[in-house]
This record gives sequence, structure tokens and C-alpha cells, in this order.
Amino acid sequence: MSDESGSVDRHAVVCRGLRHAFGGNVAVDGVDLDVAEGEVFGLLGPNGAGKTTTIRLITTLLPAKPGMVEVFGLDVARHRMAVRRAIGYLPQQLSADAALTGRENVELFARLFDVPRRQRRERVEEVLSAVGLADAADRRAQTYSGGMIRRLELAQALVSAPRLLILDEPTIGLDPVARDGVWERIQEVRRATGMTVLVTTHHMDEADQHCGRIALMHRGRVQALGTPADLKSGLEPGATLEEVFRAYTGDRLDEPGDGFRDTRSTRRTAGRLG
Amino acid sequence: MLARVAAMCVVELQKMRHDRTEIYTRAIQPALWLLIFGETFSRIRAIPTGRVPYLDYLAPGILAQSTLFIAIFYGIQIIWERDAGVLAKLLVTPTPRAALVTGKAFAAGVRSLAQAVAIMVLSAVLGVALTVNPLRWLGVVVVVMLGTAFFSCLSMTIAGLAMSRDRLMGIGQAITMPLFFGSNALYPVGIMPEWLRVISHVNPLSYEVDALRDLLIGTPGHLLLDVAVLIVAAAAGITAASALLGRLVR
Repeated sequence: MSDESGSVDRHAVVCRGLRHAFGGNVAVDGVDLDVAEGEVFGLLGPNGAGKTTTIRLITTLLPAKPGMVEVFGLDVARHRMAVRRAIGYLPQQLSADAALTGRENVELFARLFDVPRRQRRERVEEVLSAVGLADAADRRAQTYSGGMIRRLELAQALVSAPRLLILDEPTIGLDPVARDGVWERIQEVRRATGMTVLVTTHHMDEADQHCGRIALMHRGRVQALGTPADLKSGLEPGATLEEVFRAYTGDRLDEPGDGFRDTRSTRRTAGRLG
Repeated sequence: MLARVAAMCVVELQKMRHDRTEIYTRAIQPALWLLIFGETFSRIRAIPTGRVPYLDYLAPGILAQSTLFIAIFYGIQIIWERDAGVLAKLLVTPTPRAALVTGKAFAAGVRSLAQAVAIMVLSAVLGVALTVNPLRWLGVVVVVMLGTAFFSCLSMTIAGLAMSRDRLMGIGQAITMPLFFGSNALYPVGIMPEWLRVISHVNPLSYEVDALRDLLIGTPGHLLLDVAVLIVAAAAGITAASALLGRLVR
């Protein structure tokens, strides 16, 4: 399907029949996904669409039952440690430790991923400069801006040289310049290493610009799947991704509060960019 | 496993190096216990401690108490890390839950040791006859680490059950004083009423105090039994806290 995937059977992530409920609230309701090795795959949808829960099922934080998840052909339920070793993960929150310096934050993850002692210093240095934080590395993270913290977390996730980078709303709360900064670094590393990227976002423009393929999620289900170009031309010539999104999800007032506000703000963003 | 526990302890040391305020502010309370409570009760000789001066008797008790106070609220850190996404990130590393909990437990121990140094220096200044045998000091390190590991795991276990900072604070406040007064930290078991003796008997803090008293001021205790109880308690704590850790990120 995608021109980036190379061989069709090489999958970074395969999900089949994923379902997860929190109490009576069904967050993920039968999701099937195939993420090809080396592509940038976007999970797009409003808050509450089930994106984060899907990510938590893939990253072993939630038990993938019923259903099945494979990461590089490894069943997540049976090979939890091997799967975690292959993954670099950025949660939604700004989660660097503010009391530690940038370098110490990255060193911790180098240790937890068993980067050999002799390579550790070099490896930490390498990722810090890859995210443009070499000069700020010895300052405590509490002095960093939001964009710098995000890039620091990127360094934490990259220090283990993951084959699959999973980013949950990586640019949430960042200004446009900082957003571009984060995406530039991700794309640079990806070009250099061939790493697969799975990202959730509700910024339509971001998905359009950076993702090879997109799954539109709404109410726990994948409503549409394809390249941004296919999705747009599939609706009508000249359509924006945001219009595609509305066509699949409807734009009704019975959305849960947050989801509706969210769609509105992203529509403004999409409108601005034409 | 060992490398990961070490990694967590390194982080704790780095944090203490960056910000020492907590070490100083936490030293105030034990200092008051030694200076005011200790000096006063030495004078009125209300507590029968045999030929051991009361201040000497009290110092190991206050050391154990201050490690208890550090450890019992350590679960708040886990809840904070849950809220900040740190815990999810740690759980997606190839680190077994038990290693993560053990790492946190001994990191709390590292913090306790910094506290212990302050209390021991003050005790020495007040004239407590502390041991000079380096092997005994090594024993003190082990006992403080084990005691803190147990109580911080107890705190993390409560965190896994209570799920919120406020509830954890409440429960922590509620059990700290019973644990402290229901132990031999301030007075010998011999003068306790029967029912309190039972509590003291199942209270790991009593075993920690007994071991510290033996090691620091040479009051004959039951060192082997004490250490064995602390090891078993710490292992049980680690098991319980690791089993509940996943609950926090669900």
C-alpha cells in the first residue's frame, strides 16, 4: 500500500481485534492495524478516540486481551521484555525529571536499557546533540522550555537505539516553532536509522505533513486508513484532511465535551494552513 | 537486576547533590527529639534503661524513626511519577517490576543514609558513646537500608491501593505514630502494657531499633533475628508493591 514499506510482510506492529474497556467505558473497540517497518504511521483522532489506549496496549502497559499485538513478529503478551527493548516511548505528559540535569535524565534510560558502560557516555552525548541539547545538557531540566523538555524526552527514548519509536501527542502544548523542532529531529533520526515511528496526534496539519499513512480513529474504532493524499482525494478533489476527518466522524454536538472542542480548534489550525 | 537497582540509587544521589534542602529540613525533627525529649528524659530518669544513659538508649531509636518518616511517604513519589507519565515510561523499559520497586526502595535507603549521617554526628556531639568498629558501622548501613526498604515498600503498596496522593498522605499520617510509639524506639519493651508488647513484637521498627542499638551502643540485642526479620519484611514489601505497581498506570 505505502511506497515506503518495501517488502509487504515486514511489519513493525500488527494488531488484531484489540478491545479494551475501563469499567463500562469501551475505549478501544475492535482495532486492527498494520504498521510497516520504516514508515511514519499516524493515529489521528479527537481526545477520547482511543489513541492513547491503543498505544498502551502496544507498549505492554495494558494487557492486550482480547485480541493480539505483535511487535516485529513478537507476541506482546509472551515476549514482554523483548518488545520493550525494541520500543522507545514518549508519553503524553512532559515526563522528564525536573530535578535532574538533561544528561542525568538520558543516562538513567541508557542504564535501564543496558547500554554497555563503555559506550554509555558516547551514546548519551550522541543523542543529546541529535536533539540539539548538547549545550544545555548540564542544566537541570526545570530550567528547560516545553520544547526542550520534549526534545530531552526524545533523547531518552532514542538512547537505546529503538527500532520502533512510539510518540503519544509529541507536540501537545508546544508553540509552532517548538513543534517543527521536535518533528525535524524525529525525521533526521528516522532518515539515519530507518526506525519506524508510530505517532498519535490531533493536529491534522502535522499528520498531513509528516505521516506516510494515517488511521483515523473515532469512538474506539479505525474509521479510515490510508496515505494523506489517498484519503483526501478519496473524498473530493481539493479536500483537506480535516474535511476527510469530519466526513468519517460526523460533526455532531453529541460528542463528549472535550472531543468537540478539540475538533473545533484543529479545524481552525487546518483552515489557517489552507 | 542489580544494575537497575544501582541506576535508581544513582539518580537519588544526583537529586540529593542538586538540592540538599530536604536533608537539612528533615534533620530538624530528629534533632529536636534528641535535644529536647532526650535531654529532658535523661534528667528525670523516668525510663529504666539500666546502666545505659537515656540519650545513648534513645539515639538509635531516633535514627530508626527518621528512616521511618522518610520511607513512609515515599509512595507519594510513585504517585507523582504516575501523574507525570514517568512511571509509564519506566514500565516500558526492559525492567522487571520487582527491580523497579527494589530500586526505589534502596534509593529511599540512600536518602535515609544521608539522614543517618546527620543524626549520628549530632549524637556524637551530645556525647553518645557510639561504636568505633567499622564492621559495626557497616552493619548500621545494612540495617538502615533494609528498614527503609521495608517501610518505603509499605508506602508504595499503600500507594497502589489508595491510588491518590491525598489518601496516601492520610493513611501515612495515621500509621506513622502507632508504628513509632508501638515500638521500642523510646522505651524498653519491658515497661509496656501487655497489649502494646504484642504490637511491638510484630512491628518491624522494633527489630530495626534493636539491631541499631546492638550495633551502635553495644546493648546486647538479637542481631541475627533482627536482620532476618528485616530481610523477610523487605522481601514481602517488594513483592506486594511490585504486584500493585501495574495498577497505578492502568
